[in-house]
Amino acid sequence: MLKIEAVIQPAKLDTVKSALIEAGIEGITIIEARGHGRQKGHSEFYRGREYTIDLLPKIKLEIVVNDDMKDKVIAAILAAARTGHIGDGKIFISPVQDVIRIRNDERGEAAI
Amino acid sequence: MRCRSVHLLLLPAVLSFPVSALAVAPNLGPSSPATQAQIAALELAVKNAQSAGDNAWVLVSAALVLLMTGPGLTLFYGGLVRRKNILGTMMQSFAMMGIITILWAFIGYSLAFGHGNGFIGGFEHIFLRGVGLTPNPEYAATIPEQTFMVYQLMFAIITPALITGAFAERVKFGPMALFLSLWSLLVYCPMAHMIWGVGGLLNINGGQWPCLDFAGGTVVHVTSGISALVAALYLGKRAGYPHTDMPPHSMVLSFIGACLLWVGWFGFNAGSALSAGPLATSAFINTQFAAAAAALSWTLFEWLQNGKPTALGAISGAVAGLATITQASGFVQPMSALAIGTIAGIVCCFMVFKVKRFFGYDDSLDAFGVHGVGGTIGALLTGLFASGAINAVFGNDSAGTPRPTGAIGGNWHQVLNQAIAMGIGWVLAIVGSLVLLFVVDNLFGLRLSPADETSGLDLSQHGEEGYELNG
Repeated sequence: MLKIEAVIQPAKLDTVKSALIEAGIEGITIIEARGHGRQKGHSEFYRGREYTIDLLPKIKLEIVVNDDMKDKVIAAILAAARTGHIGDGKIFISPVQDVIRIRNDERGEAAI
Repeated sequence: MRCRSVHLLLLPAVLSFPVSALAVAPNLGPSSPATQAQIAALELAVKNAQSAGDNAWVLVSAALVLLMTGPGLTLFYGGLVRRKNILGTMMQSFAMMGIITILWAFIGYSLAFGHGNGFIGGFEHIFLRGVGLTPNPEYAATIPEQTFMVYQLMFAIITPALITGAFAERVKFGPMALFLSLWSLLVYCPMAHMIWGVGGLLNINGGQWPCLDFAGGTVVHVTSGISALVAALYLGKRAGYPHTDMPPHSMVLSFIGACLLWVGWFGFNAGSALSAGPLATSAFINTQFAAAAAALSWTLFEWLQNGKPTALGAISGAVAGLATITQASGFVQPMSALAIGTIAGIVCCFMVFKVKRFFGYDDSLDAFGVHGVGGTIGALLTGLFASGAINAVFGNDSAGTPRPTGAIGGNWHQVLNQAIAMGIGWVLAIVGSLVLLFVVDNLFGLRLSPADETSGLDLSQHGEEGYELNG
């Protein structure tokens, strides 16, 4: 089982979500985040003084999938979230030790 | 030809009238008791009608001025502070709505508008003794004195509330409320008495240096604005200022607040005519013109300086224009109001952008930069632009023309009187604030502890959060 975390542009959320549903994903967690990589922030004005906002709004997705779904899901995210510009985001993949369904105590791949 | 035949037709009617009239009302003549009684009744009805109009407008104006404090000022200031301080900031103004009302009823009105000496009223009206529903012609001849009293109360409320902008995000609630309450008695009431009170040193009628202050440019904006600067300097900067950015947490709230201030200001200025007649119209128009001109001039100044017109600049400009026109609102021509507003926008913008940064004081919400400076230049501009044609405060000359009131009419001496009154306002504000800050701070401590300042006013002072994100 793998956890796929993707940090994407907020504007891309709907496209990515649709792509994931089409790919067969049923469970997803969305987090409103702030951050930056190599992307510089933008400047704003307050009382005549210019200052830089470098914590930019981002969306972070977290999904847990079976190993065999990995390539399909990554392809879906990449296709939907890519614009070609700095700020598109990143995908992180990590192994998951266990998954438990709270409702009925199902464990393992059946709980995904 | 036609005329004569009409006359002939009318003749019987004309001839019969006196006969029939005599038959119906034997005593109908100009000096008969019945006619006299009817005339008296009509005169009373006219007087009541005028009173009704005046009273309605002043009562509405009182409500508008209170609207300026809550929610106008609470939203304006509230949006400009960080999220953790929103409730605390709003509570500071709201506290004035409660406390000053009580103080005004007990003693404030008497100190400001009672008979006393040149500096302060006496105790003749404590607990509003003698302040009833009949007019007091010394102040307003066509409205109940209680209307006048409650209208002035709203000014007494908003003046200390304005000061809270200077020490935003860093004072304790209780000591702050005590400081501002004492300030209203020690600084506001004397200033109001000197300029507006009967026998006041600066009263336009009979004062030593007659000062034109229509709605409180000196009484409200100079006193609060200069006190704000003193408080900001005394209490020191916010932790992290100026290298930490502390932008407004909600420009939306500030925007709404500023617009409420603008509309409410019609009550502040036009209501100060204390009547519903043409003077109220003049003040109303001047208010609108100055606000618009200042909003535009600040915005354009900023646009040229920084490349973009900010919402904060636009609303600050409007407020600066309104603060500046306050003193002049019932004395100047509409075109003068446009000029005054334009000047206000540029001067206050310069104060806030350049001068504040140069000196480095943390007047957090620009109470001094906008109200203090606006009030100061407004006082002087009033002396410059006052026109006898709008408001003949010095009466008419032998030819029946209004005597010049301001410099543009030839009365350059008025500018000096304005400066003196404004100067007294500065001195009273500085001395009064320093004394009270010192006393209250040493008794109770005004400044928040560093830990409380970090966690914010809402949690540390009120045990609440402005926005319940988990709700």
